[in-house]
Amino acid sequence: MLVLTAQGSVAVDMKIKRIALPVSAKDIRSLRCGDSVLLTGSLLTARDASHKRMADALAKGVELPFDLDGQTIYYTGPTPARPGQIAGSAGPTTGSRMDKYTPILLEQGLKCMIGKGRRSAEVRKKMLRHGAVYLAATGGAGVLLSRSIRRIDPVAYHELGTEAVFRLEVADFPAVVINDIHGGDLYESGKAAYRKI
Amino acid sequence: MPTIQCRKITDTVADLFQDACIHLPPDVVTSLKRARRMEKSPLGRQALANILENISLAGEHRVPVCQDTGTAVVFLQVGQEVRITGGDLVAAVNEGVRRGYEAGYLRKSMVNRPFSARINTGDNTPAVIHSEIVPGGNLRICVLPKGGGAENCSRFTVLPPSHGHEGIIEYVAGLVDECGGNACPPLIIGIGIGGTAEQTMLLAKKSLLRSTGEHNADREIKGLEKQVLAAVNGLGIGPMGYGGSITALAVHIEVFPAHIASLPVAVNMQCWCSRHREALL
Repeated sequence: MLVLTAQGSVAVDMKIKRIALPVSAKDIRSLRCGDSVLLTGSLLTARDASHKRMADALAKGVELPFDLDGQTIYYTGPTPARPGQIAGSAGPTTGSRMDKYTPILLEQGLKCMIGKGRRSAEVRKKMLRHGAVYLAATGGAGVLLSRSIRRIDPVAYHELGTEAVFRLEVADFPAVVINDIHGGDLYESGKAAYRKI
Repeated sequence: MPTIQCRKITDTVADLFQDACIHLPPDVVTSLKRARRMEKSPLGRQALANILENISLAGEHRVPVCQDTGTAVVFLQVGQEVRITGGDLVAAVNEGVRRGYEAGYLRKSMVNRPFSARINTGDNTPAVIHSEIVPGGNLRICVLPKGGGAENCSRFTVLPPSHGHEGIIEYVAGLVDECGGNACPPLIIGIGIGGTAEQTMLLAKKSLLRSTGEHNADREIKGLEKQVLAAVNGLGIGPMGYGGSITALAVHIEVFPAHIASLPVAVNMQCWCSRHREALL
Protein backbone atom coordinates (compact mmCIF):
# COMPACT_ATOMS: atom_id res chain seq x y z
CA MET A 1 0.00 0.00 0.00
CA LEU A 2 1.15 3.57 -0.67
CA VAL A 3 0.69 6.20 2.00
CA LEU A 4 0.96 9.88 1.22
CA THR A 5 2.75 11.70 4.05
CA ALA A 6 4.05 15.24 4.37
CA GLN A 7 7.40 13.79 3.28
CA GLY A 8 6.06 12.26 0.08
CA SER A 9 4.66 8.84 -0.65
CA VAL A 10 6.05 5.92 1.28
CA ALA A 11 5.44 2.34 0.28
CA VAL A 12 4.47 0.23 3.26
CA ASP A 13 2.94 -3.16 3.61
CA MET A 14 0.79 -2.34 6.62
CA LYS A 15 -2.03 -0.12 7.75
CA ILE A 16 -1.18 3.29 9.13
CA LYS A 17 -3.26 5.19 11.68
CA ARG A 18 -3.32 8.97 11.73
CA ILE A 19 -3.39 10.39 15.24
CA ALA A 20 -3.93 14.02 16.30
CA LEU A 21 -1.90 15.42 19.22
CA PRO A 22 -2.59 16.01 22.06
CA VAL A 23 -3.89 12.46 21.81
CA SER A 24 -7.54 11.84 22.73
CA ALA A 25 -8.68 9.13 25.15
CA LYS A 26 -10.53 7.50 22.26
CA ASP A 27 -7.42 7.37 20.09
CA ILE A 28 -5.37 5.96 22.97
CA ARG A 29 -7.91 3.16 23.39
CA SER A 30 -7.73 2.38 19.67
CA LEU A 31 -3.94 1.94 19.60
CA ARG A 32 -2.46 -1.55 19.62
CA CYS A 33 1.20 -2.51 19.95
CA GLY A 34 2.73 -2.91 16.49
CA ASP A 35 0.53 -0.20 14.94
CA SER A 36 2.29 2.26 12.65
CA VAL A 37 1.07 5.79 13.31
CA LEU A 38 1.51 9.26 11.83
CA LEU A 39 1.26 11.97 14.49
CA THR A 40 0.11 15.50 13.77
CA GLY A 41 -0.12 18.30 16.30
CA SER A 42 1.79 19.54 19.30
CA LEU A 43 4.25 17.74 21.60
CA LEU A 44 7.03 18.56 24.07
CA THR A 45 10.67 17.46 23.92
CA ALA A 46 12.62 16.43 27.01
CA ARG A 47 15.48 14.07 27.82
CA ASP A 48 17.80 13.27 30.74
CA ALA A 49 18.63 16.68 32.26
CA SER A 50 15.15 18.17 31.74
CA HIS A 51 13.52 15.08 33.26
CA LYS A 52 15.67 15.48 36.34
CA ARG A 53 14.60 19.15 36.58
CA MET A 54 10.91 18.24 36.26
CA ALA A 55 11.08 15.42 38.79
CA ASP A 56 13.10 17.51 41.28
CA ALA A 57 10.61 20.39 41.01
CA LEU A 58 7.57 18.12 41.45
CA ALA A 59 9.17 16.32 44.41
CA LYS A 60 9.53 19.72 46.11
CA GLY A 61 5.92 20.61 45.31
CA VAL A 62 6.95 23.26 42.76
CA GLU A 63 4.61 23.64 39.77
CA LEU A 64 6.14 22.99 36.34
CA PRO A 65 6.46 25.95 33.95
CA PHE A 66 4.24 24.02 31.47
CA ASP A 67 1.20 21.75 31.70
CA LEU A 68 1.78 18.03 31.19
CA ASP A 69 -1.88 17.03 31.36
CA GLY A 70 -2.77 15.06 28.23
CA GLN A 71 0.62 15.82 26.68
CA THR A 72 3.14 13.84 24.68
CA ILE A 73 6.87 13.92 25.44
CA TYR A 74 9.36 13.09 22.72
CA TYR A 75 12.75 12.02 24.08
CA THR A 76 15.14 13.90 21.83
CA GLY A 77 18.07 16.28 21.88
CA PRO A 78 18.36 17.73 18.37
CA THR A 79 21.45 19.00 16.59
CA PRO A 80 21.52 22.78 16.01
CA ALA A 81 19.54 23.84 12.93
CA ARG A 82 21.46 25.24 9.98
CA PRO A 83 20.36 28.72 8.89
CA GLY A 84 17.16 28.38 6.86
CA GLN A 85 16.22 25.02 8.39
CA ILE A 86 13.51 24.63 11.03
CA ALA A 87 15.30 21.88 12.93
CA GLY A 88 18.51 19.89 12.86
CA SER A 89 18.61 16.13 13.16
CA ALA A 90 16.03 15.05 15.77
CA GLY A 91 15.74 11.30 16.34
CA PRO A 92 14.67 9.52 19.54
CA THR A 93 16.89 8.67 22.50
CA THR A 94 16.67 5.65 24.82
CA GLY A 95 13.51 5.71 26.96
CA SER A 96 14.78 3.59 29.87
CA ARG A 97 16.97 6.44 31.12
CA MET A 98 13.76 8.36 31.80
CA ASP A 99 12.19 5.46 33.76
CA LYS A 100 13.20 6.84 37.15
CA TYR A 101 11.42 10.14 36.46
CA THR A 102 8.40 8.83 34.55
CA PRO A 103 5.95 7.77 37.32
CA ILE A 104 5.73 11.31 38.75
CA LEU A 105 5.13 12.71 35.24
CA LEU A 106 2.35 10.18 34.60
CA GLU A 107 0.73 11.44 37.80
CA GLN A 108 0.74 14.91 36.17
CA GLY A 109 -1.35 13.52 33.32
CA LEU A 110 1.35 12.67 30.75
CA LYS A 111 -0.37 10.39 28.19
CA CYS A 112 2.19 9.55 25.54
CA MET A 113 5.97 9.13 25.34
CA ILE A 114 8.08 8.66 22.23
CA GLY A 115 11.57 7.16 22.46
CA LYS A 116 13.30 3.87 21.72
CA GLY A 117 14.08 0.77 23.73
CA ARG A 118 12.03 -0.97 26.41
CA ARG A 119 10.73 0.52 29.64
CA SER A 120 11.02 -0.86 33.16
CA ALA A 121 8.33 -3.15 34.59
CA GLU A 122 7.36 -0.39 37.01
CA VAL A 123 6.88 2.19 34.24
CA ARG A 124 4.85 -0.27 32.15
CA LYS A 125 2.60 -0.96 35.14
CA LYS A 126 2.13 2.76 35.83
CA MET A 127 1.39 3.44 32.15
CA LEU A 128 -1.44 0.88 32.31
CA ARG A 129 -2.79 2.48 35.49
CA HIS A 130 -2.70 6.00 34.00
CA GLY A 131 -3.87 5.02 30.51
CA ALA A 132 -0.67 6.17 28.82
CA VAL A 133 1.12 4.76 25.78
CA TYR A 134 4.78 4.44 24.75
CA LEU A 135 5.74 4.76 21.09
CA ALA A 136 9.06 4.37 19.29
CA ALA A 137 10.44 6.36 16.40
CA THR A 138 13.19 4.94 14.17
CA GLY A 139 16.42 5.37 16.11
CA GLY A 140 19.04 7.34 14.22
CA ALA A 141 16.60 8.53 11.56
CA GLY A 142 17.06 12.11 12.78
CA VAL A 143 16.78 13.84 9.41
CA LEU A 144 13.69 11.93 8.28
CA LEU A 145 11.95 12.66 11.60
CA SER A 146 13.05 16.27 11.63
CA ARG A 147 11.28 16.82 8.31
CA SER A 148 7.97 16.32 10.13
CA ILE A 149 8.71 19.28 12.39
CA ARG A 150 6.85 22.40 11.31
CA ARG A 151 7.77 24.68 14.19
CA ILE A 152 9.95 24.72 17.31
CA ASP A 153 9.44 27.00 20.33
CA PRO A 154 11.51 27.02 23.53
CA VAL A 155 9.39 26.27 26.60
CA ALA A 156 11.63 25.83 29.65
CA TYR A 157 15.12 25.15 31.02
CA HIS A 158 16.75 27.03 28.14
CA GLU A 159 20.17 26.78 29.82
CA LEU A 160 20.16 23.02 29.18
CA GLY A 161 20.77 23.64 25.46
CA THR A 162 19.88 20.54 23.43
CA GLU A 163 18.35 19.06 26.60
CA ALA A 164 15.91 21.98 27.13
CA VAL A 165 12.14 21.54 26.79
CA PHE A 166 10.80 22.65 23.40
CA ARG A 167 7.31 22.57 21.95
CA LEU A 168 7.21 21.03 18.49
CA GLU A 169 4.44 21.26 15.93
CA VAL A 170 4.68 18.10 13.85
CA ALA A 171 2.90 16.84 10.76
CA ASP A 172 2.81 13.13 9.93
CA PHE A 173 5.53 12.23 12.40
CA PRO A 174 6.05 8.44 11.92
CA ALA A 175 6.11 6.18 14.99
CA VAL A 176 5.30 2.63 16.06
CA VAL A 177 3.22 1.69 19.11
CA ILE A 178 5.31 -0.29 21.62
CA ASN A 179 3.19 -0.35 24.81
CA ASP A 180 -0.58 0.05 24.47
CA ILE A 181 -3.08 0.42 27.32
CA HIS A 182 -4.33 -3.15 26.86
CA GLY A 183 -1.07 -4.73 28.07
CA GLY A 184 0.50 -5.25 24.63
CA ASP A 185 4.28 -4.87 24.33
CA LEU A 186 5.80 -5.00 20.85
CA TYR A 187 9.32 -5.58 22.20
CA GLU A 188 8.04 -8.85 23.73
CA SER A 189 5.62 -10.03 21.04
CA GLY A 190 7.82 -8.96 18.10
CA LYS A 191 10.84 -10.77 19.47
CA ALA A 192 8.83 -13.90 20.30
CA ALA A 193 7.49 -14.08 16.73
CA TYR A 194 10.97 -14.24 15.17
CA ARG A 195 12.97 -15.98 17.92
CA LYS A 196 14.73 -19.20 16.89
CA ILE A 197 16.34 -20.24 20.18
CA MET B 1 62.48 14.42 8.64
CA PRO B 2 58.84 14.94 7.53
CA THR B 3 57.13 17.72 9.49
CA ILE B 4 53.41 18.19 10.04
CA GLN B 5 51.93 21.47 11.24
CA CYS B 6 49.44 21.37 14.10
CA ARG B 7 47.25 23.76 12.09
CA LYS B 8 46.94 21.08 9.40
CA ILE B 9 45.95 18.50 12.02
CA THR B 10 43.23 20.80 13.40
CA ASP B 11 41.78 21.46 9.94
CA THR B 12 41.82 17.76 9.08
CA VAL B 13 40.08 16.68 12.30
CA ALA B 14 37.41 19.39 11.84
CA ASP B 15 36.68 18.23 8.28
CA LEU B 16 36.69 14.52 9.15
CA PHE B 17 34.07 14.87 11.90
CA GLN B 18 31.75 16.94 9.71
CA ASP B 19 32.04 14.44 6.88
CA ALA B 20 31.67 11.40 9.12
CA CYS B 21 28.46 12.68 10.72
CA ILE B 22 26.76 13.46 7.39
CA HIS B 23 27.95 10.69 5.05
CA LEU B 24 27.94 7.05 6.12
CA PRO B 25 30.63 4.77 4.61
CA PRO B 26 29.36 2.96 1.46
CA ASP B 27 29.91 -0.47 3.04
CA VAL B 28 27.41 0.38 5.81
CA VAL B 29 24.80 1.50 3.25
CA THR B 30 25.32 -1.65 1.16
CA SER B 31 24.94 -3.79 4.24
CA LEU B 32 21.71 -2.00 5.27
CA LYS B 33 20.26 -2.48 1.76
CA ARG B 34 21.05 -6.16 1.95
CA ALA B 35 19.34 -6.31 5.37
CA ARG B 36 16.21 -4.68 3.92
CA ARG B 37 16.07 -7.37 1.23
CA MET B 38 16.55 -10.19 3.74
CA GLU B 39 14.46 -8.98 6.69
CA LYS B 40 11.31 -11.05 7.22
CA SER B 41 9.33 -8.71 9.47
CA PRO B 42 7.21 -5.95 7.84
CA LEU B 43 7.91 -3.53 10.72
CA GLY B 44 11.59 -4.38 10.48
CA ARG B 45 11.58 -3.65 6.73
CA GLN B 46 9.76 -0.40 7.39
CA ALA B 47 12.44 0.63 9.93
CA LEU B 48 15.19 -0.22 7.42
CA ALA B 49 13.40 1.75 4.70
CA ASN B 50 13.27 4.75 7.08
CA ILE B 51 16.96 4.34 7.85
CA LEU B 52 17.95 4.22 4.17
CA GLU B 53 15.77 7.19 3.27
CA ASN B 54 17.26 9.07 6.23
CA ILE B 55 20.80 8.43 4.99
CA SER B 56 19.94 9.93 1.57
CA LEU B 57 18.22 12.95 3.16
CA ALA B 58 21.24 13.61 5.41
CA GLY B 59 23.56 13.93 2.42
CA GLU B 60 21.06 15.95 0.41
CA HIS B 61 20.44 18.53 3.17
CA ARG B 62 23.85 18.40 4.85
CA VAL B 63 22.30 17.47 8.19
CA PRO B 64 23.84 14.83 10.50
CA VAL B 65 22.44 11.34 9.84
CA CYS B 66 21.71 10.96 13.58
CA GLN B 67 21.24 13.73 16.15
CA ASP B 68 23.68 11.95 18.46
CA THR B 69 26.92 13.08 16.85
CA GLY B 70 28.69 11.30 19.62
CA THR B 71 31.80 11.36 21.72
CA ALA B 72 34.67 12.41 19.44
CA VAL B 73 36.91 9.33 19.34
CA VAL B 74 40.19 9.87 17.47
CA PHE B 75 42.79 7.27 16.53
CA LEU B 76 46.25 8.61 15.72
CA GLN B 77 48.95 6.52 14.10
CA VAL B 78 52.06 8.64 14.37
CA GLY B 79 54.94 7.64 12.13
CA GLN B 80 58.14 7.47 14.19
CA GLU B 81 59.95 9.68 11.67
CA VAL B 82 57.38 12.47 11.85
CA ARG B 83 58.02 15.77 13.61
CA ILE B 84 54.94 17.69 14.72
CA THR B 85 55.46 21.46 14.82
CA GLY B 86 53.55 24.61 15.64
CA GLY B 87 51.89 23.48 18.84
CA ASP B 88 50.67 20.58 20.95
CA LEU B 89 49.25 17.48 19.22
CA VAL B 90 46.44 16.83 21.72
CA ALA B 91 45.44 20.51 21.77
CA ALA B 92 45.42 20.52 17.95
CA VAL B 93 43.05 17.54 17.84
CA ASN B 94 40.73 19.11 20.42
CA GLU B 95 40.70 22.37 18.51
CA GLY B 96 39.67 20.38 15.43
CA VAL B 97 36.79 18.80 17.34
CA ARG B 98 35.71 22.22 18.66
CA ARG B 99 35.71 23.78 15.18
CA GLY B 100 34.21 20.80 13.38
CA TYR B 101 31.29 20.45 15.81
CA GLU B 102 30.55 24.17 15.63
CA ALA B 103 30.93 24.63 11.86
CA GLY B 104 29.07 21.39 11.06
CA TYR B 105 26.07 22.13 13.30
CA LEU B 106 26.84 18.93 15.20
CA ARG B 107 25.44 18.30 18.68
CA LYS B 108 27.68 18.92 21.66
CA SER B 109 27.10 15.95 23.92
CA MET B 110 29.98 15.91 26.44
CA VAL B 111 29.37 16.74 30.10
CA ASN B 112 31.84 17.55 32.87
CA ARG B 113 31.36 15.95 36.30
CA PRO B 114 29.44 13.00 34.78
CA PHE B 115 28.77 11.62 38.29
CA SER B 116 27.09 14.79 39.61
CA ALA B 117 26.49 18.21 38.02
CA ARG B 118 26.75 16.99 34.40
CA ILE B 119 27.50 20.42 32.87
CA ASN B 120 27.87 20.38 29.08
CA THR B 121 31.42 21.33 28.04
CA GLY B 122 29.80 23.32 25.21
CA ASP B 123 32.09 22.29 22.35
CA ASN B 124 32.10 18.47 22.47
CA THR B 125 35.67 18.39 23.76
CA PRO B 126 37.61 16.68 25.13
CA ALA B 127 38.12 14.12 22.39
CA VAL B 128 38.98 10.55 23.39
CA ILE B 129 42.38 10.11 21.75
CA HIS B 130 44.20 6.81 21.17
CA SER B 131 47.73 7.23 19.83
CA GLU B 132 50.17 4.68 18.59
CA ILE B 133 53.69 5.05 17.27
CA VAL B 134 54.16 3.22 13.96
CA PRO B 135 56.99 2.95 11.44
CA GLY B 136 57.14 5.54 8.65
CA GLY B 137 56.84 9.25 7.99
CA ASN B 138 53.06 9.82 8.02
CA LEU B 139 50.32 10.67 10.46
CA ARG B 140 47.10 8.71 10.02
CA ILE B 141 44.05 10.28 11.66
CA CYS B 142 40.87 8.25 12.00
CA VAL B 143 37.76 9.70 13.61
CA LEU B 144 34.81 7.75 15.00
CA PRO B 145 31.92 9.81 16.41
CA LYS B 146 30.41 7.32 18.89
CA GLY B 147 26.76 7.59 19.88
CA GLY B 148 25.73 7.13 23.50
CA GLY B 149 22.86 4.65 23.10
CA ALA B 150 25.03 1.91 21.64
CA GLU B 151 28.11 2.72 23.72
CA ASN B 152 25.95 2.29 26.85
CA CYS B 153 25.42 -1.34 25.78
CA SER B 154 29.15 -2.11 25.72
CA ARG B 155 30.49 -4.56 28.33
CA PHE B 156 33.65 -6.27 29.52
CA THR B 157 33.94 -9.63 31.23
CA VAL B 158 36.57 -12.22 32.00
CA LEU B 159 35.33 -15.73 31.23
CA PRO B 160 36.90 -18.87 32.65
CA PRO B 161 39.31 -20.11 29.93
CA SER B 162 37.39 -23.41 29.81
CA HIS B 163 34.34 -21.60 28.36
CA GLY B 164 35.97 -21.05 24.93
CA HIS B 165 33.87 -20.46 21.79
CA GLU B 166 30.58 -21.42 23.42
CA GLY B 167 31.12 -19.11 26.37
CA ILE B 168 31.81 -16.19 24.06
CA ILE B 169 28.75 -16.83 21.88
CA GLU B 170 26.51 -17.14 24.93
CA TYR B 171 27.92 -13.98 26.53
CA VAL B 172 27.54 -11.81 23.43
CA ALA B 173 24.06 -13.11 22.53
CA GLY B 174 22.94 -12.61 26.14
CA LEU B 175 24.16 -9.02 26.09
CA VAL B 176 22.44 -8.20 22.77
CA ASP B 177 19.23 -9.77 24.13
CA GLU B 178 19.41 -7.60 27.24
CA CYS B 179 19.99 -4.42 25.20
CA GLY B 180 17.10 -5.04 22.76
CA GLY B 181 16.17 -1.87 20.89
CA ASN B 182 18.31 0.43 23.08
CA ALA B 183 21.42 0.12 20.94
CA CYS B 184 19.55 0.87 17.65
CA PRO B 185 19.83 -2.45 15.82
CA PRO B 186 20.74 -3.68 13.26
CA LEU B 187 24.08 -3.60 15.03
CA ILE B 188 27.70 -3.96 14.19
CA ILE B 189 29.16 -5.87 17.11
CA GLY B 190 32.80 -5.19 17.89
CA ILE B 191 34.43 -7.88 20.03
CA GLY B 192 37.88 -7.91 21.60
CA ILE B 193 39.30 -11.14 22.98
CA GLY B 194 42.49 -11.37 25.04
CA GLY B 195 45.00 -8.87 26.37
CA THR B 196 44.39 -7.00 29.62
CA ALA B 197 41.12 -5.30 30.56
CA GLU B 198 41.81 -1.91 28.97
CA GLN B 199 43.30 -3.48 25.88
CA THR B 200 40.43 -5.91 25.29
CA MET B 201 37.97 -3.02 24.98
CA LEU B 202 40.32 -1.12 22.70
CA LEU B 203 40.51 -4.19 20.42
CA ALA B 204 36.70 -4.26 20.33
CA LYS B 205 36.52 -0.55 19.50
CA LYS B 206 39.19 -0.79 16.79
CA SER B 207 37.38 -3.69 15.12
CA LEU B 208 34.58 -1.20 14.32
CA LEU B 209 36.93 0.59 11.93
CA ARG B 210 36.84 -2.42 9.59
CA SER B 211 34.68 -2.39 6.49
CA THR B 212 31.27 -3.77 7.58
CA GLY B 213 31.21 -7.55 7.45
CA GLU B 214 34.86 -7.88 6.45
CA HIS B 215 35.98 -11.00 8.30
CA ASN B 216 39.12 -11.51 10.37
CA ALA B 217 41.84 -13.05 8.18
CA ASP B 218 42.26 -15.95 10.63
CA ARG B 219 40.03 -18.90 9.69
CA GLU B 220 39.04 -19.90 13.21
CA ILE B 221 38.22 -16.30 14.18
CA LYS B 222 36.19 -15.85 10.97
CA GLY B 223 34.23 -18.98 11.92
CA LEU B 224 33.58 -17.55 15.39
CA GLU B 225 32.38 -14.26 13.86
CA LYS B 226 29.85 -16.22 11.78
CA GLN B 227 28.68 -18.25 14.77
CA VAL B 228 28.16 -15.16 16.93
CA LEU B 229 26.27 -13.45 14.09
CA ALA B 230 23.99 -16.47 13.62
CA ALA B 231 23.28 -16.65 17.37
CA VAL B 232 22.49 -12.94 17.59
CA ASN B 233 20.23 -13.04 14.53
CA GLY B 234 18.36 -15.96 16.08
CA LEU B 235 17.29 -13.79 19.03
CA GLY B 236 14.38 -12.31 17.05
CA ILE B 237 15.04 -8.72 18.21
CA GLY B 238 15.17 -7.36 14.65
CA PRO B 239 15.61 -3.81 13.37
CA MET B 240 14.88 -1.31 16.17
CA GLY B 241 13.81 -4.19 18.42
CA TYR B 242 10.42 -4.47 16.66
CA GLY B 243 10.99 -8.20 16.10
CA GLY B 244 12.72 -9.62 13.05
CA SER B 245 15.45 -11.71 11.54
CA ILE B 246 18.23 -9.10 11.24
CA THR B 247 19.47 -7.95 14.64
CA ALA B 248 23.10 -7.47 13.56
CA LEU B 249 24.69 -6.61 10.22
CA ALA B 250 28.11 -7.90 11.19
CA VAL B 251 30.36 -9.21 13.96
CA HIS B 252 34.00 -8.12 14.00
CA ILE B 253 36.45 -9.90 16.31
CA GLU B 254 40.03 -8.85 17.12
CA VAL B 255 42.24 -11.10 19.21
CA PHE B 256 45.37 -10.67 21.32
CA PRO B 257 47.07 -13.40 23.42
CA ALA B 258 45.90 -13.62 27.04
CA HIS B 259 47.28 -14.59 30.45
CA ILE B 260 47.15 -18.33 31.31
CA ALA B 261 44.41 -17.57 33.87
CA SER B 262 42.16 -15.45 31.65
CA LEU B 263 39.75 -15.28 28.74
CA PRO B 264 38.91 -11.56 28.64
CA VAL B 265 36.03 -10.59 26.32
CA ALA B 266 34.91 -7.04 25.51
CA VAL B 267 31.93 -6.00 23.43
CA ASN B 268 31.83 -2.54 21.90
CA MET B 269 28.35 -2.11 20.52
CA GLN B 270 27.81 -0.05 17.37
CA CYS B 271 24.39 1.07 16.17
CA TRP B 272 23.60 0.88 12.43
CA CYS B 273 24.86 4.46 12.16
CA SER B 274 28.49 3.37 12.00
CA ARG B 275 30.48 6.49 11.24
CA HIS B 276 34.20 6.70 10.65
CA ARG B 277 36.52 8.61 8.36
CA GLU B 278 40.29 8.76 7.99
CA ALA B 279 43.01 10.87 6.45
CA LEU B 280 46.71 10.34 5.87
CA LEU B 281 49.01 13.35 6.37
